Amino acid sequence: MLKPVMAALHRRSRVIPTSFLIGVLLLLSACAVFAQDAVAAAAPAVAAAPTVDKGDTAWMLMSAALVLLMTPGLALFYGGMVRSKNVLNMLMQSFIAIAVVTLIWVTVGYSLAFAPGSPFLGGMDYVGLKGVGQEAFTLNGTGVTIPHQVFMIYQMMFAIITPALISGAIAERMKFGAYVIFIALWSLLVYSPLAHMVWGEGGYLFKLGALDFAGGTVVHISSGISALVLCIMLGKRRTSSVDDLRPHNLPMTLIGTGLLWFGWFGFNAGSAVGSGGLAGSAFVVTHVAAATAGLVWILIEWAVLKKPTALGFATGAVAGLVAITPASGFVNATSAIIIGAGVSVISYLAIKIKSKAGYDDTLDVFAVHGVGGIWGAIATGLFASKAVNSAAVDGLFMGGGTTLLFKQLTAIGVAIAFAVVGTLLIGGVLKMVMGLKVSESEEQAGLDLTQHDESAYAGASLDSGMVAHQAVTSVPLGATKVETAH
Amino acid sequence: MIKVEALIRPQKLDDVKTALSEIGIKGMTVTEVRGSGKQKGFTQHYRGAEYTVNLLQKIKIEIVVPDSEAKMVANTIAEAARTGEIGDGKIFLVPVAEVIRIRTGEEGDIALN
Repeated sequence: MLKPVMAALHRRSRVIPTSFLIGVLLLLSACAVFAQDAVAAAAPAVAAAPTVDKGDTAWMLMSAALVLLMTPGLALFYGGMVRSKNVLNMLMQSFIAIAVVTLIWVTVGYSLAFAPGSPFLGGMDYVGLKGVGQEAFTLNGTGVTIPHQVFMIYQMMFAIITPALISGAIAERMKFGAYVIFIALWSLLVYSPLAHMVWGEGGYLFKLGALDFAGGTVVHISSGISALVLCIMLGKRRTSSVDDLRPHNLPMTLIGTGLLWFGWFGFNAGSAVGSGGLAGSAFVVTHVAAATAGLVWILIEWAVLKKPTALGFATGAVAGLVAITPASGFVNATSAIIIGAGVSVISYLAIKIKSKAGYDDTLDVFAVHGVGGIWGAIATGLFASKAVNSAAVDGLFMGGGTTLLFKQLTAIGVAIAFAVVGTLLIGGVLKMVMGLKVSESEEQAGLDLTQHDESAYAGASLDSGMVAHQAVTSVPLGATKVETAH
Repeated sequence: MIKVEALIRPQKLDDVKTALSEIGIKGMTVTEVRGSGKQKGFTQHYRGAEYTVNLLQKIKIEIVVPDSEAKMVANTIAEAARTGEIGDGKIFLVPVAEVIRIRTGEEGDIALN
């Protein structure tokens, strides 16, 4: 009994600093908004606005909702792969990103990403959504035919899912409070600047001519690399050879895969920022790459392990979606097949490396999103085609030479450097201030019980042997409730 | 009184229940259990990581009967549960000191029926 009690005490002692830090963070965001209101006179000079197109707007509203759905989808995809004592914590690490990043985004995040500023960071013009209204607007010299607010909320959904992707690497052992603060700071210090460089007004990588249609660099390389860095900083789970680490609910993972696949049409086809032929083309190649990658993954398993697995199919499909993301607006269906097949081979090998290298990336975020995203960015440099998108340039295999490929490699390098430095910085400070990892006894009892005082399944806490008394469910008036002891 | 405790293959439960019913045995307690013995485990792969599962699913049936019926019940279960392969399970016969029917307070053989 001593261990659980110590765990509970340990946990309580962290409650105040955690909520305090979260509070400070929100307060700072709010202050920034008021400060901006005070100097409202300096409104951004939005160029002569193109008009709002109703068809484009309808599709982009739909796309924003589709991309939002990916985060609950990701929660299920990840949740099924962890042990039953950690599933609620895993789900919450995605859901909490919806709340936290939404507030960050409307206060300062969107402005840092998309307001005019330096090539590396947006300015403060859109802080508190000032000047982000119902009119169409211009971005990097191109008329955007949807209301600025619709563009903002669409981009918000990307900002939400990106830090949530990291949670798979640090699953089953990170303090929930530390995680919440980490994603808040990461969103501000890593995501917003990278989004600005790639898509923002006068962004460095945009001007360089690197291509990233729907966020291969911004979303997948950044989260995949950060996932690797953070899981190394955090250290391995304290598991022994007798622990059963198998996924506790693969049907949950497959439902999540389906939702991710569905939502990804908004992610990629929506990145056309309109409802024309380009959106259709991105939709097609997205689907083709996912289907190919899922198939190739289980073919590899069939050859190597003699059996195709459900988890293998799910992993392959998601890897295919990751890989096609940066290329989705620039390549044709044949290229999508090659990109999809390629990512399954590469990510499969990357998972193999994990067991050799010894880091504990719980759900292979680095192999699927980091490595898959890098392959996607390189593949964009190989297969991009002006025939698909007149705004693109031809890649190496399309007769365009190596120019684009080198730009892609530069973008990959910048994204990796940014993710590594940002994660080391944020993770390092949080490790000093509050610690990142739960105690060993908390890890053994499970994060559902120790981080949330809940169990996902009736009896799950009994299985882990940590419940001394069953809580009394109906308490007579005036009676003392029997507390569940951890 | 004897407790007949049988560990059998899950897929043999229906056959055993039918056979017991034919000799008039209606009361039993059935539990899903896991265990290991001579039967080899199996290997699973999750993203290539190999897991060897050697605690296998079995069904435990517990029936308490008067001493005179114990052998017959055990033989009935054994015949119904047998496939001839390793992993068919085991039956234990355990002496029972006393039995009490909670509803009436009856004790001994009369409480078994």
